[in-house]
Amino acid sequence: MNTESNLEDRGILITGGSRGLGAALAHELARRGARLFLVARGARDLERVAAAIRDHGGRATAFAADVADKHAVHAIAGAASDVLGTVDVVIHNASTLGPVPLRLLADTACEDLQRVLEVNLVGPFRLSKVLVGPMLLQGRGLVVHVSSDAAVAAYPRWGAYGAAKAASDHVARIWAAELAGTGVAFLSVDPGEMDTQMHAAAMPDADRSALARPEVIARRIADMIAGAGLPSGARLEAATWKEGA
Amino acid sequence: MSPATAPRHGTIRLLHLAADDTLTEGTLADLPQLLRPGDLLVCNDAATLPASLRAVTGRGEAVELRLCGQTGEHDHLAVVFGAGDWRDRTEDRAPPPRLRIGDQLSVGDLRATIVATDAVAPRLVTLQFDRAGAALWRALYAAGRPVQYSYLDRPLDLWDVQTVFAARPWAVEPPSAGLALTWELLLELRRAGVAFARVTHAAGISSTGDAALDARLPLAERYDVPAATVAAIAEARRRGSRVLAVGTTVVRALESAARRGGGTVIAGTATTDLRLSETTPLLVVDGILTGMHEADTSHFALLGAFVRRERLHALAARATELGFLAHEFGDVALILAAPSTNVCRRRTHVVACSPP
Repeated sequence: MNTESNLEDRGILITGGSRGLGAALAHELARRGARLFLVARGARDLERVAAAIRDHGGRATAFAADVADKHAVHAIAGAASDVLGTVDVVIHNASTLGPVPLRLLADTACEDLQRVLEVNLVGPFRLSKVLVGPMLLQGRGLVVHVSSDAAVAAYPRWGAYGAAKAASDHVARIWAAELAGTGVAFLSVDPGEMDTQMHAAAMPDADRSALARPEVIARRIADMIAGAGLPSGARLEAATWKEGA
Repeated sequence: MSPATAPRHGTIRLLHLAADDTLTEGTLADLPQLLRPGDLLVCNDAATLPASLRAVTGRGEAVELRLCGQTGEHDHLAVVFGAGDWRDRTEDRAPPPRLRIGDQLSVGDLRATIVATDAVAPRLVTLQFDRAGAALWRALYAAGRPVQYSYLDRPLDLWDVQTVFAARPWAVEPPSAGLALTWELLLELRRAGVAFARVTHAAGISSTGDAALDARLPLAERYDVPAATVAAIAEARRRGSRVLAVGTTVVRALESAARRGGGTVIAGTATTDLRLSETTPLLVVDGILTGMHEADTSHFALLGAFVRRERLHALAARATELGFLAHEFGDVALILAAPSTNVCRRRTHVVACSPP
C-alpha cells in the first residue's frame, strides 16, 4: 500500500514548525501533498519555512503564536480551520526544555516548572480541546504528541521536561480511552535523539555524528501518520520504526 | 422568560414537544432517551469569531464595529455603533457618525476602508481590510472580542461562546443551541446509536440598534454543507431515521441546500436569505433542539415551520411557568415536527423529493 497518497490534501497543523523536527515534518508532509498550517512563536523563522515549502510547490501557511497562551488558542484553531477547511491531523511538536543548562529538580524554580508544563502539557491540551470536537463530528482525526525518552526514563536534570512529557503521554492515552470507537485517534511518538538546536542546548558536548537527522525521523513519523490501523493510544519509537513497514 | 445571565455549566432543562403534541419536562441529559438509534443529529460547527472591534475613524471618532458576514478575501459586512459599551442595550446605543465610501477606520494597526454603504441603513457598511487570510485572522483575534449581551452579568470571553465542535470562525454570534452540548452528552448520544453530521452556517448578528435594519434580519448568511452530510442524510432517509437540527441555523442551512438542489440536499457553499415560517414546508429536517426565545422574533417564526403556532405559544407559556431561562445560555426545547409537516416524510421511504 502506498502510504504517501494517504496524506494528499490532508489538513495538518504542526506546532513548533519553525525549526528542528517540526520544520522537517512540515517539509516531509508537504512533499507528500498535505496542506500545512504551521505555528511557532518566531514569525520570521516560521515564515521562512512556509515560504521554502511553497517555493517547492507545497502548501503551507505560517501563523505566529505562543501555544502556551490561553488567549491564542481560538486564534490558532479558528485561522487553521478556515485556511485548511478541516484540521485532519494535529501534531503537538512545540516544546521547551526550560532554562539551560538543565538543572537538578531541587534547583528548578517553581515558575520554570510551570512554564515547561504550560508549553509542553497545558498548551497542547487546550489546542486538542478545541480541535478534537470537529473531528468527533467528522468521525475521523488524528492527534500526535511528540514525546521523548525522558518521558519514560528518569534522567537526572531532565525533571521539568521529563515530567511534562510523561504527563503528555498519559494525556494522549486518556484521550484515546475516552474517544475509543469515535474514529479520532491519538498517538505519542518518541522521535529519539536528533541533531537539533534543542538537543545542542540540552547536551552541548554530545557527538553530533551519532545523532539522527530530523529529516530521517520526519519520514518515519510521516509514515506513521499516513499508515492506517495504528492502535489509538499507542506510544511509538521512531528510532526503531522500519520505513515503508 | 428571564434570560440566563451567565454561561452555565450545570443542568440545562428541556421541554419536549412531541410529534403528537404532548409536552414533557426534563433535562438535556434525557436527550439520549428521547432520540432513537439511527437518528441523525446535525450540528453547526461554525466557531464564533471575535466580531466586536473597537475602531477609530479618520476624524478620531470612536466606534464599535460588529462584523456580520465575510463577503470576500478582504471584505466583511459590518454594523457600526456609536458611543457606549456592552452594558448598554443595543437599541440604546448612540448612532454612529456619518460614514462615507472611502472613509478609513483603524483597529489597532489594522486598517479598513469603507467600500460600500447600505442605501437604507447607513450603519450597515462593507469594510475592506488591508490584509486577508491568516494575517487578517491574526489581527481580528488580537483586536476583537465576541459580541456582548447587555443582560449578562459580566463580559464574555471567546471561551464562553464556543461550542465543543466549533471549527471555522464564520459565526458572528454563537449558534447557541449547540452551546449546551457537552462531550459527556455527545458521547452518550453516540453510545445510544445517534449519528452526527455537520454543516457550517455563519450565524448572523441578532440586533443592530436600528429598527428598520432589525426588521431585515437575518441578513443573507453563508453556509456550507459537506458531501459527507449529504450522504448521511440520504442514509438516514433510507433507513427511515429522522434528521434533527441542533439550532435554527442548521435548519436554515439544510433547507436552503435542499431548495438549491430542487428538493434534495446538495453539497457545497452558498449564501441564503431563506426565511422559514409556518407557511414554508420543511423538505429535510424532522425536528429541532433549540434554545428558548420570545415570540415575535425571527427565531420563533422559524419554529412555526415545525409545529402550529398555538403549540409554540403553549410551549413558551409552560417554559415561563416552569422558570426556564431564555437566550444564548438558557434552557432548551426539543421540537419534533408532526409527521405531516415534512413533505418528504409524508411519502415514506422516498429519498429525494421535490418542493411543492
